[in-house]
Amino acid sequence: MKTLVWVEHDGASVKDATLAVVTAASQLGEVHLLVAGRGVDGVAAEAAKIAGVGKVHVADDAAYAHALAENVAPLIVDLMGHHDAVLFPATSNGKNIAPRVAALLDVMQISDILSVESDDTFTRPIYAGNAIATVQTKDAKKVITVRGTAFEKAATTGGSGTIEKVAATGDKGVSTYVGSEIAKSERPELTSAKIIVSGGRALQNSENFHTIIEPLADKLGAGVGASRAAVDAGYVPNDYQVGQTGKIVAPEVYIAIGISGAIQHLAGMKDSKTIIAINKDEDAPIFQVADIGLVGDLFKIVPELTGKL
Amino acid sequence: MKVLVPVKRVLDYNVKPRVKADGTGVDLANVKMSMNPFDEIAVEEAIRLKDKGVTEIVVVSIGEQKSQETLRTALAMGADRAILVVSEEKVEPLGVAKLLAKIVEEEKPDLIILGKQAIDDDNNQTGQMLAGLLGVGQATFASKVELTADSVTVTREVDGGSETEMLSLPAVITTDLRLNEPRYASLPNIMKAKSKPMAQKTPADYGVDVSPRLTTLKVIEPAKRTAGVKVADVDELVAKLKAMGVAK
Ligand SMILES: Cc1cc2nc3c(=O)[nH]c(=O)nc-3n(C[C@H](O)[C@H](O)[C@H](O)COP(=O)(O)OP(=O)(O)OC[C@H]3O[C@@H](n4cnc5c(N)ncnc54)[C@H](O)[C@@H]3O)c2cc1C
Ligand SMILES: Nc1ncnc2c1ncn2[C@@H]1O[C@H](COP(=O)(O)O)[C@@H](O)[C@H]1O
Repeated sequence: MKTLVWVEHDGASVKDATLAVVTAASQLGEVHLLVAGRGVDGVAAEAAKIAGVGKVHVADDAAYAHALAENVAPLIVDLMGHHDAVLFPATSNGKNIAPRVAALLDVMQISDILSVESDDTFTRPIYAGNAIATVQTKDAKKVITVRGTAFEKAATTGGSGTIEKVAATGDKGVSTYVGSEIAKSERPELTSAKIIVSGGRALQNSENFHTIIEPLADKLGAGVGASRAAVDAGYVPNDYQVGQTGKIVAPEVYIAIGISGAIQHLAGMKDSKTIIAINKDEDAPIFQVADIGLVGDLFKIVPELTGKL
Repeated sequence: MKVLVPVKRVLDYNVKPRVKADGTGVDLANVKMSMNPFDEIAVEEAIRLKDKGVTEIVVVSIGEQKSQETLRTALAMGADRAILVVSEEKVEPLGVAKLLAKIVEEEKPDLIILGKQAIDDDNNQTGQMLAGLLGVGQATFASKVELTADSVTVTREVDGGSETEMLSLPAVITTDLRLNEPRYASLPNIMKAKSKPMAQKTPADYGVDVSPRLTTLKVIEPAKRTAGVKVADVDELVAKLKAMGVAK
């Protein structure tokens, strides 16, 4: 089987999320990549070095500069003339583009796969991860998004893919990129952080997030996450949200502070290796999944913990 | 301007899903079902756009007869009319998108607002598929919508922050959680909704083949995590972190 992986990048380098997708694709067959963007020679060169990669298709055109699904999907559809499957990371860009490709190919997408069971059979979470379905597809062409935490990351070196230019399919003229506000942070990205410190509604305001959660994260070199309640209340930006509808994370250590443990939150972090919970309510559901729990007032406990580390 | 809002009936988000012992799926017998939370947000947004030139809101559901309840809820919130496409069998996002594309051909809405994902199958596909089939612009994961006479500007929640796009109309939008806070229907509005029109159709009426492409071979419960230990104080927690190599 010939697979195509849509490469997520920021214009300068390949995003980590792509690497797990390469691993998933390699379980299906030969791996080709697509780098679409504007001025992406550097990204393509980097992509060609990913272990196990055969060919890197490069589409360099202004129409692809902001990964608009309306423009990228037709390009992928063209390439699917000689590929059997296309895989995307289950990131916001991947989730935005993949279904449009599937519809244009008249196939049913398989979202967020956790494993490749065979050429046509995959497992995927449903009901916020409260059930795992094994699904088999009848479609000849496969369109798949891959959950990054479920596959090892392919090595970024060792590959020697050949780079091939592909013709651009143009701007469809139905959508225009206006701008973006991407938070710059010195901290590790949530989806690749080894340790995550997360805060919930109990933090009460953004000031407390700064003075209580962040120093602990800094001490541990950790990423910072949050529950939806904390995001909705404006304590932190939306991209901090962990859960069914936020980021799916699986770090070595996840420290949940003042988070009750609603199923929608658990959906995003219950595959973490070790879960530590700090909560004043000893019956909080988060303790049912926590490996280590400490019952008490976070305003007392967390500063003390930060001080003693 | 006309807005079309597809709404799905799903297991209420407060109910803990139970996997059936025979591994065929999640048990939906005698449990509370509600409108998909993202679809409530979509209905709410359409209603709020009524101050911005929207004159009619049509809600659509594809599903079993009981989806009438879900449509009535949307009508009680403020939608004007409903279409139920009856299918007792589950219809996949591709089939739903094809049916919606036909309804769009008939109804010619200026805007279609869907939820970003249905919280039962967590597919996150239908809106993007519909936009692809229609060849129109799509703005997924919307947190802000500004409508003008011939375009819509949407702020989207993306990894790392937010992004803004402008689409020409007609266009497809899918909602994220922070777009708005949906209203509760008042009792008088619930009563009024009972007399609002609801058309009944079938996939055959639209000539759409909705036979599934995916077969679910089995559904299992994920590996259970078990509660670990409780430590008595910070010192004990620090000792654990050191033993794990997380702290020095
Ligand atoms: C469709 C849908 C999708 C959703 N998606 C997500 C998602 O992706 N991610 C997500 O997180 N949620 C999501 N939610 C929301 C989810 O249901 C919960 O409402 C949310 O996770 C609760 O956040 P919380 O635990 O911070 O707040 P609460 O449930 O209010 O919990 C606060 C906790 O803090 C504890 N506490 C209070 N004061 C202190 C103190 N001084 N010291 C120590 N502990 C204290 C309390 O005991 C309590 O357990 C979603 C909901 C819906 C409907
Ligand atoms: N059977 C259905 N009937 C009406 N709308 C649906 C149906 N299935 C999905 N949708 C719409 O598509 C959105 C995304 O669903 P999904 O792609 O299944 O995650 C939902 O939030 C609804 O707005």
